[in-house]
Order: sequence, then structure tokens, then C-alpha cells
Amino acid sequence: MKFIHYLERIVGVDIYPLLSLIIFGSFFLVMLVWMYNVDKSYIDEVSRIPLNGNEQDQ
Amino acid sequence: MELEKFYYDNRPVKWFGFATVIWGIVGMLVGLWVAVAVYYPALNLGFAPTTFGRMRPVHTNAVIFAFVGNGIFMGVYYSLQRLVKARMFSDTLSKIHFWGWQLIILAAALTLWTGHTTGKEYAELEWPIDIAIALIWVLFGVNMIGTILKRRERHLYVAIWFYLATWITVAMLHIVNSIEIPISFLKSYSYYAGVQDALVQWWYGHNAVAFFLTTPYLGLMYYFLPKAANRPVYSYRLSIIHFWALIFIYIWAGPHHLLYTSLPDWAQSLGTVFSIMLIAPSWGGMLNGLFTLRGAWDKVREDAVLKFMVVAITCYGMATFEGPLLSLKNVNAISHYTDWTIAHVHVGALGWNGFLTFGILYWLVPRLWNTPLYSKKLASNHFWIGTIGIVLYTIPMYWAGFTQSLMWKSFTPEGQLKFQFLETVTHIMPLYITRSIGGLLYLVGAFIMGYNLYKTMAAGKFVDEEAAESAPLDKNYVGPKNDYWHRVIERKPVRMLVFSFILVAIGGIIEFIPTFLVKSNVPTIASVKPYTPLELHGRDVYIKEGCYTCHSQMIRPFRDEVARYGEYSKAGEHIYDHPFQWGSKRTGPDLARQGGKFPDSWHYNHMYEPQSMSPGSIMPSYPWLFSNEIDLNKTESMIWAMRKVGVPYEKGYEKIANADLQKQNEAILKALKGDKIDAKPNTEIIALIAYLQRLGVDIKGEVKTASN
Repeated sequence: MKFIHYLERIVGVDIYPLLSLIIFGSFFLVMLVWMYNVDKSYIDEVSRIPLNGNEQDQ
Repeated sequence: MELEKFYYDNRPVKWFGFATVIWGIVGMLVGLWVAVAVYYPALNLGFAPTTFGRMRPVHTNAVIFAFVGNGIFMGVYYSLQRLVKARMFSDTLSKIHFWGWQLIILAAALTLWTGHTTGKEYAELEWPIDIAIALIWVLFGVNMIGTILKRRERHLYVAIWFYLATWITVAMLHIVNSIEIPISFLKSYSYYAGVQDALVQWWYGHNAVAFFLTTPYLGLMYYFLPKAANRPVYSYRLSIIHFWALIFIYIWAGPHHLLYTSLPDWAQSLGTVFSIMLIAPSWGGMLNGLFTLRGAWDKVREDAVLKFMVVAITCYGMATFEGPLLSLKNVNAISHYTDWTIAHVHVGALGWNGFLTFGILYWLVPRLWNTPLYSKKLASNHFWIGTIGIVLYTIPMYWAGFTQSLMWKSFTPEGQLKFQFLETVTHIMPLYITRSIGGLLYLVGAFIMGYNLYKTMAAGKFVDEEAAESAPLDKNYVGPKNDYWHRVIERKPVRMLVFSFILVAIGGIIEFIPTFLVKSNVPTIASVKPYTPLELHGRDVYIKEGCYTCHSQMIRPFRDEVARYGEYSKAGEHIYDHPFQWGSKRTGPDLARQGGKFPDSWHYNHMYEPQSMSPGSIMPSYPWLFSNEIDLNKTESMIWAMRKVGVPYEKGYEKIANADLQKQNEAILKALKGDKIDAKPNTEIIALIAYLQRLGVDIKGEVKTASN
């Protein structure tokens, strides 16, 4: 019942963990880089979208 | 640019709002009923539809898909139109969506009460309803995406991302987990078996929590909390990280429901690692919600809407901190199969989903009916009664969970188990009673809300068409030169949808491929044979009566479990179980090795009146099993369907299966006769006894030679 016991029967299994790690890591890296570089005015503008409504307050 | 005048359609918001309140109360009532039935078994009424095993799925399905489901749609139909400054894509689709969903709920309740179930938790509905759900879900998606495409606001606010990810992921989960082979109009068998079925089921089950109870409600939080507090969310950047991290990581965490089971170790570890990682985005989201109220805490003191939301977000934080803890193998060893799990899910359901829904309702109804809330005082009373209800519900359940687990694991100095299973049940009865009082208070709160909202509606006039105006989008818009990739995707909703889908699909695929690719991933055990036809019928009775809601069939490799139930369960023992019946809760003892423990007559008497065999037992009695006959005409299609999904019955066996069935039927009747019981042939009880006596016996004497 060990991990290796199942996995070694799949052809080319070595690429699995590597691929997962690369996809996972690079996705978050790109996202974080974007986060830090994004325009402040854009963030302000978008975060105010819900408040731009015109329904009356009760 | 010239402003366009248009109208928001408030009708679907109203319909879904009504449905939320009504189904919510129904779901809670059923929950209260079963909570009392646990310590007062007479409440099962000796009537099949009101028995715990059938009521519990009605409760869970009603709360998840009827209460929270309608709550999601109510919030989405309101917020989406305003966030994109456009009316819903199609009024007709909104109407079909609403009525379709309510009919599904009705069909679900009726079929579950009449015992038509697939036996897979939170996916109990049979195949025709599964198809209807898929169709209605697609219509909802078309309506939502159609609205987004004709929007007047270029940027998609983060709430909409949550809605889109919810839609695509729930579709994927529902379809993959519902692959089943029908044998009649309302009966099917899961395509998967044993370990595979368990993995798919809990990949689904966990993500039903993630993508039905969590992500859409986070979308609602990101819209309604800023609205109610009248200030933008604390950090919009954090909300973006929250979104991507959550949908990326959640999808992997399912196997944490199967720790210490026969699921391969690697899959268990995968589940644990990703569950621990989930703390980060979940708490990011919680803090983002709470910090939104910075400098506005004076408002929280005044405003019931904000009070509900603050407790909801706090409960979200508690439940998402506890979830990863429960995913640690050492904690799970204590918590699993006990009431700790019940406490955990109710922090989420009562606190997070319930309170956020109440907050949104108190905010929405006065605006939709254009009048102030009837009574702020009643709303505040509802808040306090509800909060005390949650506390009275969860604390006894945590206590019961710990107590039961510790008692299960206690040994005497001589090395014997210290407590009979039944002692561990009767010991926690006072806690079950307290829990039901907590549930009752919570329900009373919901009634108070119903009254308050009704009075508000009666005083106002419903605004079905709400006028708004906004400039249309410039068709020739070109983004700034240095535009980042994310802003580009986010302006293109369809591309965003595809992206989210790829992300969640990667998680699912990498998790599944090892178990699916390798046909022989489960070490087969030569002595494990398919069920006999009578046992198959008995298994169907077991599933129909919802036995899995209280009994597990999975002995974990612990000293106490092996001492109590026998040799721990092996993956290879479940390869003919379509669907698997491992269960998730032990209100009663594990049944994985029930076969041969007691004579047939014990089961016969026990099913008729459990207290006669185990004094103090809280199990319901099942008198109808003694007169209902099994349908022998179904045997052929049952065997055929099982062979289709890989159970090695010989070709043509379905034609002669009933002869074998009769032989086994006779044998059991004879054994009962030996104990002076005159049983009716071909009744459900005979089939059930055949099944129970088969459980776990295949590998007796073979244990040493099994490959694991």
C-alpha cells in the first residue's frame, strides 16, 4: 500500500510530480508578481464597483 | 457617451428569496426531527419515510441544495445585475431556472423519502434527477454568462469570478461523480467501485463543500459586506489572491475524508498537504472580510445585518482553521466517525452559510420592498437566539466526539476493550439532548426572521423593475499599452471561465490518473468473490434504508478497532462494491466484518426491535422489511448492470440467478426455523440478513496471504 507501489507501474511517472510542482509554483509566482505591479488606481476603481449602485438606502 | 436607461429584474431575487426561507425552515425542521430521533427512537414512527436513514439525507440535501442553493441564486441574481450594470440575459431563463430548481428539490425530497437513493453522501439523488440538475445548472450558466457578455461595466468584480468558478466546478464535480448505470427508472449503480468510488465520491463531497457552500458565498460576501458596511473591501489585491489560491488548492483536498482507510497512502498524504495549505487563502479571505469593517465597528453594534455577517465570517474562519486540523492524520484518528465531524460541519452550515444568508435577507428585503425593516429589535433578537443556538449545538457535539473517541480507544489494564460500543452511545445521550435544544433555538430564530420579513413586505411595495442608467461599453476599447495578463483575462469572461476550469481540472486529473490508469491498482484478493443475487438485493435494501448514515464499513488499522471489529479493511475487499459503503459516521458500530458474528435469528429479531437484542439501543425498528418482498424481476438487470461495470459474473448468469437466490433464501429460512422463527420467503429482511452475513467474511483465514 505504498505510494511508490502504485506509481511505478505508470509509464513516465517521474514527470508527474515535477509537472505538478511547476504548474503550481509558476501559477502563483506569476499571480504574485502581477499583484505587486498592478496599478493602484485600477485596484481602487474595481473595488468600488459594488458601491456604484443607485438603489436607495433604507 | 450617452447614458442608457434600463431596468434590473428583481423578480427572480424575490422568488429565490422566498424559496431560501421556506426550504431553510423545512431543512432545519427535518434536522431537528432526526436530532431528537437520535435520543428518542420512537420518533422514527416505525414508518419507513420518517426513519433516520431516510430523513438524514433529506436534511442534508435540503440544507445544502435547497436552503443554500436558493440563497446562492438569490444573491447572484441581485448582485450580478448590479455589478455588470445590466438586466439578466433572459427573463424566461430566470423563470425556468427558478421553477426547474424547485421541482428538482421536490423530486429530491419525494425520492429520498421513498428510499430511492444512490447511497453516495450529498449525491444521493437518482439518475433522472441528476440529469435534471445538470440541465438546469447549464441554463443558469447561460443566463449568467449571457448577462456578463452584455455588461456595461468593463471590469469583472471579484464576486463574479467566484460565481463563474462555482458554476464550472460544480458542473464538473456533479457530472464526474454521477456516472452511474441505470437498472430501472429510479435505481442505478455507481460506475466506480470500492477505493475508486470512495476517491471520486470524496473528491466530489469535499468540493461540494468548497464550491457550493464556500466559493459562491464568498462571492456574496465580497458583494454584500461592502454594501452593508458602505465601504470597499479591505484589500482588493488580497481578494484576488484569495480567489485563485482557493480554487487551485481546494480541488486537491478531498482525500482527507479517507485518512486511515484502504485508500492508498499517497492519496491520503496529498489530501493532507493541500488541506494544510488551505489555511492561508481561507484566513486571507476571512481577514479581508473582517478588516473591511475597520473603523466601522460602531455600525456593527447597531446593525443586525453586519452582526450576522461578522459572526458568519468568524465561523468561516473557525471552520476553515479546523478543517485543516482535522486533515492531520493524528487528529483525524480521533475525530473521524464521531460527532466532532457533525460539530465541524454545523459551524459552517449554521454559522457561515446560515448567518450570511440571514444577513443578506435582512439587507435585501427592505430594499426590494422599498420600506424600512419592520423591527430592528426582532432582527437583533434573532441574532442572539441564533448565536446561542450555534453554541448550544456545537459545543455538546465537540464534547460528544471527544468522549466517544476516547471511550472507543480505552483498554482495561488486562488489555481488553473497556467499553461495549453501546455504552459509548448511551453515555453521550445528554449531549445529544442539548444539541437538539441548540437546533431548536436556531430554528426559532429562523421563524422570527420569517415573521419580521413578512411584516416588512406587507408594509412596502415590491419593486419588480428597478430603473438604472449607465453608459454602454465602448466597442473599440483598447487596453493600456502596459496591460498585464490578468486584466486581459478578467475583461474576457469566457476566457476566465476556461482558465478556472483548467485549474480545477488539473487538480482532479492529477489526483485521479494514478488510480484510473492502473487497472490493477487495487491488490486483488483471490478469495474475494462477487455478491450472490440475494446478497445484491440485500445490499440494495441496506442502501435504500440509509444504513450507511450511521454505520461504517471500514475498519481502520488501530488497535482498538481491530480488537472491536476484527482485521482491518483491505482495498481489495471492496472491488465489487458499486457504490462503496464505507460511511462517514459511527452512530452505530462498524459493520465491515459483521458477517458470521451473530446467528440469522439475531439479525431478524434485531431489525424488528433492536432494543430486544441490545437494550438501550437507539436504532430504529424496521417492521416493513418483514412484509415487503424483493423484486425478483429486477435480478436480471442487476446482474447485467454489475457485469457492465466490471463485476465478473459469468455470461448468462443473470438468467439463472434467481434459482441461486431461491436456494440461499431457503437456507436462511431454514436457519431461522431452527430458532423457531417462521419468516416469509423473499422478503427484504431475508435479503438483508444474507448481505449482513456476507460482510467481511471473504478474507477470513486468508489474512496472512493478502498482499497488504
